[in-house]
Amino acid sequence: MKAKGHVFKYGDNVDTDVIIPARYLNSFDAQELAGHAMADIDPDFVKKVQPGDIIVANKNFGCGSSREHAPLCLKAAGVGCIIAETFARIFYRNAINIGLPIIECPEAAAGIEAGDEVEVDFDSGRIYNLTKGTEFQGQAFPEFMQKLIAAGGLVNYTNSKKK
Amino acid sequence: MGMTMTQKILAAHAGVDSVEAGQLIEAKLDVVMANDITGPMALPIIRQMSDHVFDRDKVVFVPDHFTPNKDIKSAENSKAIREYAKEQGLTWYFEQGKSGVEHAILPEAGVVTAGECIIGADSHTCTYGALGAFSTGMGTTDVATGMATGEIWFKVPSAIKFVLTGKPGKYVSGKDIIIHIIGKIGVDGALYKSMEFTGDGIANLSMDDRFTIANMAIEAGAKNGIFPVDEKTEAYIKEHSKKPYAIYEADADAQYDEVIDIDLSQVRPTVAFPHLPGNAKTIDEVEAMEPIKIDQVVIGSCTNGRMEDMRKAAAILKGRTVHPDVRVMVVPATQKIYKQCIEEGLLEIFVDAGCAVNTPSCGPCMGGHMGVMAAGEKCVSTTNRNFVGRMGHVDSLIYLASPEVAAASAIAGYIANPEKVGEA
Repeated sequence: MKAKGHVFKYGDNVDTDVIIPARYLNSFDAQELAGHAMADIDPDFVKKVQPGDIIVANKNFGCGSSREHAPLCLKAAGVGCIIAETFARIFYRNAINIGLPIIECPEAAAGIEAGDEVEVDFDSGRIYNLTKGTEFQGQAFPEFMQKLIAAGGLVNYTNSKKK
Repeated sequence: MGMTMTQKILAAHAGVDSVEAGQLIEAKLDVVMANDITGPMALPIIRQMSDHVFDRDKVVFVPDHFTPNKDIKSAENSKAIREYAKEQGLTWYFEQGKSGVEHAILPEAGVVTAGECIIGADSHTCTYGALGAFSTGMGTTDVATGMATGEIWFKVPSAIKFVLTGKPGKYVSGKDIIIHIIGKIGVDGALYKSMEFTGDGIANLSMDDRFTIANMAIEAGAKNGIFPVDEKTEAYIKEHSKKPYAIYEADADAQYDEVIDIDLSQVRPTVAFPHLPGNAKTIDEVEAMEPIKIDQVVIGSCTNGRMEDMRKAAAILKGRTVHPDVRVMVVPATQKIYKQCIEEGLLEIFVDAGCAVNTPSCGPCMGGHMGVMAAGEKCVSTTNRNFVGRMGHVDSLIYLASPEVAAASAIAGYIANPEKVGEA
């Protein structure tokens, strides 16, 4: 599985309140939420984002509230992958559970700039900066999480265990 | 190898003798909770797995975020969990008027107790660590799975040990201590880890102080915060809960990533400046600055809406009036606390001082309703997050503080030192 797109770049501690502000949480419709993605950190994000685009950030991406609406709105807005130095733990689980690919790679977070064209190969964890001609090795998912992803998420995994 | 307190609870719930940091386990759950934002979204996910919850005594819904409902969509969401709770015959569904903020009502009603393994679809679920439980926030899909099956996977966390010694000063409470700690280690200082609080200073902390401290473990990125069970914990549990409970202690040879000593007698009233809970400044540093004029004060939330918080704020507000340029909201966290405020005469103090007293709700904390801020406004708030736009406009500013600092600031009109403002 691969993702390829242009990069939106953010800094440390991008919290779930700026990804999807609480004033929009009276809905959990993914498409409706997508219309407000990144509203309080980058109001132009939804106007500019194209299917497959990639978010690159520094430390502790997705910190704060447990709202699954955050990865959900990014996925529905077309984000193909998030690369960060580190992710906040609840966001990390939520992203896996809803099938939004994420990958930890401090070197890539440092070596990729806004607007760069980037390709990510999830099987190998390789990250290619096509604009700059550089390459990074991201951390591949542990085996258990790969199983979850391969099953199509936690719900399918849980149902398959019952059989 | 020895285990931390958290690891022992996880091992017991995974049905194994021991676990170690980094290990992936599946553990049985004692309580699984969701609210009116995360709960409605969980219902279709639960139904994909099961027609019924795994145990009607262990699945809990608390409508508290947008309640009393702020608009039609919120009302539909509350209705969905209300009907589901009825359909499933849930023991613990907390309706408006008999309820409160989830992390205040669950301990108060005795739903959660020591030694349990608890998940909730709300990041501040880590609050129950104050009772000596393993408790952590997760997203909707994880919590829906927990509700359907009674189990969830965990990566066993390593831990940072905080050794608390000494006695905090008169105007220093749980909030100052946790902001001080987050200021020290940073908002990702405990990422993926447990924060285990130990030391003889804990005896000087009330249960309400401990709830406040455990509540904000997530603001340091932690998976959970946890306190040992002592006499105060057992007294609290016996007063509130009929459930059996279990006491776990860390092994003497437990491994910690780091040991951090905190002398509580040295902690000052501490304020977290915009836009991170770790942006800590002591009240002495604040006093050395130009006065920071404020527009709003909020006293309440799952962090600081408990009885002691109300009493501390009232002690300062008694016989005084809030500054004419400041709007103050006091939000008792549960109906029981609200009623006790009436009985103790605190409500009269708040109203006479010129505070609006709201019904129990998360309300202003996350800018949902009741107390949303306009551009350029500043708020001193006893809540837990001061992120950009958290309480309203992206250009509004939030200063996190204790009820004592909040009450003193309400009177002064700027961020003020409760030691100076004192009691009338």
